[in-house]
Parts: sequence; C-alpha cells; structure tokens
Amino acid sequence: MLAVEVSHVVKSFADNVAVDDLSFSVAPGEMFGLIGPNGAGKTTTIRMMMDIIRPDSGEVTIFGEKLGEATKNRLGYMPEERGLYKKLTVLESIVYLASLKGMDRRSATEKATALLTQTDMLDSKKKKIEELSKGMGQIIQFIITVIHDPQLVILDEPFAGLDPVNTELLKGMISDLRDQGKAVILSTHQMNQVEELCDRILMINNGRTVLYGDLSEIKARYRGNSVRLDGKGELGEIPGVTARRPRRGYTELILDGETTPQQVLNHLVSRGVVIDRFEVATPSLNEIFLREAGKKS
Amino acid sequence: MNKTLLIFRHEFLHTIKRKGFIIMTLIVPVLALLAIGVFQLISTIEKPPVVETTTIGYVDEAGGFDQYTTQGNIELVRFDTADDATAALINGDVPEYFVIPPDYVSAGVINRYTLEKEVETPAVITTVIKNFLTSNLLAGKVPPETVYRIEAPLDLVVTRLTETGEVATEQGGFGNVIVPGIFSLLLALSLMLSSTYLVQGLGDEKESRLIEVLLSSVSTRQLLVGKVLGLGAAGLVQVVVWLASGPLLLKLASSTFGGFISTIQLPANFLVLGIVYFILGYLLFAALAAGVGAISPNAREGQQLAMIYTLFAFVPLWFSSLLFIFPNSPIWVVLTIFPVTAPMSAMLRLGVTGIAAWELAVSIAVLVLSIIGVMFLATRAFRIYLLMYGKRPNWGEIIRNLRSG
Repeated sequence: MLAVEVSHVVKSFADNVAVDDLSFSVAPGEMFGLIGPNGAGKTTTIRMMMDIIRPDSGEVTIFGEKLGEATKNRLGYMPEERGLYKKLTVLESIVYLASLKGMDRRSATEKATALLTQTDMLDSKKKKIEELSKGMGQIIQFIITVIHDPQLVILDEPFAGLDPVNTELLKGMISDLRDQGKAVILSTHQMNQVEELCDRILMINNGRTVLYGDLSEIKARYRGNSVRLDGKGELGEIPGVTARRPRRGYTELILDGETTPQQVLNHLVSRGVVIDRFEVATPSLNEIFLREAGKKS
Repeated sequence: MNKTLLIFRHEFLHTIKRKGFIIMTLIVPVLALLAIGVFQLISTIEKPPVVETTTIGYVDEAGGFDQYTTQGNIELVRFDTADDATAALINGDVPEYFVIPPDYVSAGVINRYTLEKEVETPAVITTVIKNFLTSNLLAGKVPPETVYRIEAPLDLVVTRLTETGEVATEQGGFGNVIVPGIFSLLLALSLMLSSTYLVQGLGDEKESRLIEVLLSSVSTRQLLVGKVLGLGAAGLVQVVVWLASGPLLLKLASSTFGGFISTIQLPANFLVLGIVYFILGYLLFAALAAGVGAISPNAREGQQLAMIYTLFAFVPLWFSSLLFIFPNSPIWVVLTIFPVTAPMSAMLRLGVTGIAAWELAVSIAVLVLSIIGVMFLATRAFRIYLLMYGKRPNWGEIIRNLRSG
C-alpha cells in the first residue's frame, strides 16, 4: 500500500494559487524529495497532507485512507520552523508530544533515553528547551518526530541552520529510517541534499510539477554531451571533441554527439595522458531546475 | 489515554505551575492574614487617643448664643467683633471661627472662617456648631432630655422579615455584600489572568509552529477542548483554595476585629452559585480566549483583542456603587443575563438584593449555550486562521470566513 497518495490537489489563498493540480505518490521504504525554490508550494502541500489545511479540490490519502486519529499516530512531521515549550525540559517535551502520538509514558521515556543516548544528548535531558542551542533543539525536534516509530516521516527543511556535524548526524538517522522500510518525505530547497539522499523526487515551481520521477532516471535524461577531465600531459587534438572549456580544476570537453565518452577516454589513455579525474558531466539538480524553470517561464 | 485528556492534563499542570497563577491563588489568604496581622499590631501599639481640647471662635451678632460653650472636647470662645476673631485666627489663638449673623434665625446662614484649605467642613465641626446653635435656641423652651434627643443621631434598627412574618435568617446590610463583592472582584481578576494564559499559550504555539506538530497528532477540537477544560480545572483549584481558607480566616479575624466581622454573612446559595458561576465563567472566558487565539497571528495581538472581553468582566464592578443605590434597575437584569458580565453581576447582586430564580435559570442557560457556541466558532475559526501567520484578518473577513468555513 502506498504511504501517501496525492491526486490533483489544488489550493489557493486569497488571490494566488499556491498549489496547482499536483499529483504524486510515495511508497514505503522510499526516500522521496519534495524540492523547489522558496515559495514553490512545498509547505502548503505538506500541510494538506497533514490535514492542517484542506485542499480546494483533489484528494490526499495516507496509507490508503483519509487522515484520522489512527493514521496520525503512524506519521511523524517536523515543520520547517521549529519551536517547543521553552519552559519544559527536554525529556518532558519528548514524552508529552510522544504521548499525543499514542505512546504510553513509560515506553516514551525508555525510547527517549535511547534516542538521546544515540545522539549523545543524554546529559541534556533535564535541561529546559530554552537552554539548548539551536542545533540541539533541532535534534530534539527530530527525536520527537520519530520516537513513536512512524511509518511515514515528513521532514520540512530538516538541515536548515544545522552545522556540518549535526547535518551528518541527521543524514545518518534519516537514512536509517529508509533502511527500516519507512516512507520518508524530504522537503527542501537545498537540492544538493536531495541528490545525496533521495530515490525519487517531485520538483515543483509556482505550485506546479516541474519534474517527477526516479532521480537517477531524471539525471540521465538531462545528461549532456560533455565530459569533465582533469589530468597531466598534452591533450592535443581529440577526435569527436568540438570545444574545450577550461573550468576551475578541470576542463570541460564538449562532444560532437556521435562520439561516446568511452571513445574519448580510450583516446586519452592511448596518448599516455595521466588522468586524475574523468567523468560524464551530469547536471546538478540545481542546473536542471534552472533549465526547467527558465523553459516554463 | 484519550488525547483530549492528555492535553487537558498538560494544560492543567502547565497553568497551576505558572508563577502568576500561584501568586493569584495564594494572594487572597496571604493578604487577608496580613491584614489581620497588621490590624492586631496597630491595635497593640496604638494607645487610645488622648482627648485633646480644641477651641473654636465665634462672633454672636444675633445675640443670645452664650450657653453650652463646651461641646464634647471642643471649647467655643466668644469674640465681640469679627475683627477680633480674625486677629485671633491670624495669631493662631483659634484655628477657626464662625459668625452668627443678626438675621440667623430667619435666614439660617452661618459664616465660617478658617486658614485651612478643605474640601468640606469636617463632620465633627458641623455637628458641634449645629448642636451649639440648637441647644441655645431651645434652652428653656423644651426639657433638656428633648434637646438631647434632637441632637443625638438617628439610630435605625432594621429587621428583615420573611413572607410568613418571621425574622429572616439573612438580614442584608454591608456585612452581606462584603464576601460576594470581594469574590466577584477576584473572579474578574482571575478570569482576566487565566484567559491571558490561554491566548499567550496559543500565540506562542503558533509563533513557534509547534501548533503544526500538535495538529499532526490531534484534531483542532481535541486541542481546544483540552485547553479550555484544563484552564477550567485550574480555576476550580483556585476557588477551592479561596473558599477553604475563608472560614479559617473569618475565625481568626473575628477574634481581632470583633464587632463588624460578626455581621458578615454568606448570602443563601452563595457557595453553590459561587462555584457554578466561577466554573461557567472560567469556561466561557477560556472559550473566548481560544477564539481570540484562533484568529490572532501571535501572542501580542491576541492580548490586545482579549482586552475587549476582559473589560466586560469588570463592567459590573465599575457600576457596583450604583447597585447599592438602584438595586432594582432593569440594567442589572441585563448584566446578569449577558454572558460575559453574568458571573460578576450575579455574585454582586446575590449580596445586595438576591436574584429571582427565573433570572438565575436564564442566566446560567445563556452562559452554557454561549460556552458551546463560542467553542464551536473557535474551533472553526482556528483552522481557517491557523496559517495566517503575521497577518490579522479584519472583522468582515472573519464573519465571512466563519460562514463559508
């Protein structure tokens, strides 16, 4: 059964259409990227999935049904901007919010202790939320999102404002979720994060679908006819290369469309060029987005 | 556990741990104890005041006012002319003097001169002058006992009878008003404070977006009902603390103040109605706070909107002095039935005149219906305005949205 199925959802506020005929689905065990620039409609889409706001038309189902109390217990949501009760302690906050997800206090306390140990924050369990640093607060928020073992986890800009150490910690924990067979939706405007983590993506702009599907497939589709080369030795004339563009740290070779990268590599090796790096240039999601957004407008 | 119960429990514990709430709950018994203590302290330190003889000058232009110049501890000193009296006044020989003009008996005017700036003549001076004049005018014409009776103030002993002609158990008077009066003032303060907590709490949850996490776990109705009931329960704790400390304090106080305290009595049904109105008042104000929290984007704006209904809580108290003068004005019926002023008005009126049974029934029914209605609207408004962070809708929009939402 699909974890999430969104079909033809439309939502407008006052005079602008925030989400316009959006459809996608997410399966269990899948890391799904919901990407797009700020204001593209990502958060509105998530809020409709959470039943925090209702769509003007279209339908959202979570585990095959409309969101109700039982399904709410099966999902974890971390909103983009975060806050907790400032005066409560770390443990109190986790246990209270876990109890609202149907956990009893004892198992919530046990699980919280385990997760705090895993994130090396057990010492802070009696600290008040207001005493924590921003990054620590964010990790606590993540613990609250996953403590009740949800089958669907929705993370809105999970890495915003995190330092590299905490970013890595969080990435590891998110990957674990997928490995445990959970459906994870990662919403972000930082497209490089998605490239690293996600299996499939939905790219939206101005509330509309730009790209939707398997990430590697999409990238293959946008693969250009150029290679990136960094090496030592005289390159000389390379058959099939129509132009050379020197870049920082490498040279981009533009192929003529009939020559394959493999042929170029063979030629270079036969010429005795010492190769440090040779790769088929795939555009980043960022570049794909810019290309697509430019096309649409 | 039911999720509404979980929120109820959280809000209840959160509220009763707040400093403001604890202070408000304890301040009543503490202040009362303090008052009793201070009174006791003063009465032991203070010696009975030494009776000081003062003098008042007078000029008798009418003639015949020369007896009874000692009035209590005030001595009246006669001057021949107004100029002499003025000189004595300036010299500091007398603090003041008055002139009885030749036409006093027909015109009735007395002129008083003093160096002091006063709002009005002190009552004791008025009485002294009046008694001095009366005594002299009546001297020899009526028996001294009659003069004494004329001068003595009226002593009115009132007894309230029941419809069957027996002496009523509840006798009225100020002793009857004190407890309900204090109670309704405290109720208004407590409602104001507590509903502020709710508005503040919802505003904070909105600002920190914690509300989204909460709503991904519970429904809007569970959230608001849990919050409102949690606050109501906290209110109940408060009133129970106050009521429980009451008898103890009264006992302590009656040994200190004696007399007056013994006239304090609780109006009939006061305990029952007090608790009913307290709880209903709490629920109504909590529901209103939830509504205000629903439509305001943050805590600060919510507080401003909340001013509107908290002001209503104090309206009956502002007009309480009018209640003593016009206890049967229809305005009081309106204030007792209008839900936002009902709890305070009902408490005040219980002490002053009593309230007809039908009025109480209507008042309580309207309160209950208002609570349900406001809760319903608040839940609706909540979803609509949840995402209007940073922008307050205008009233037209609110009404339109409530209809279509």
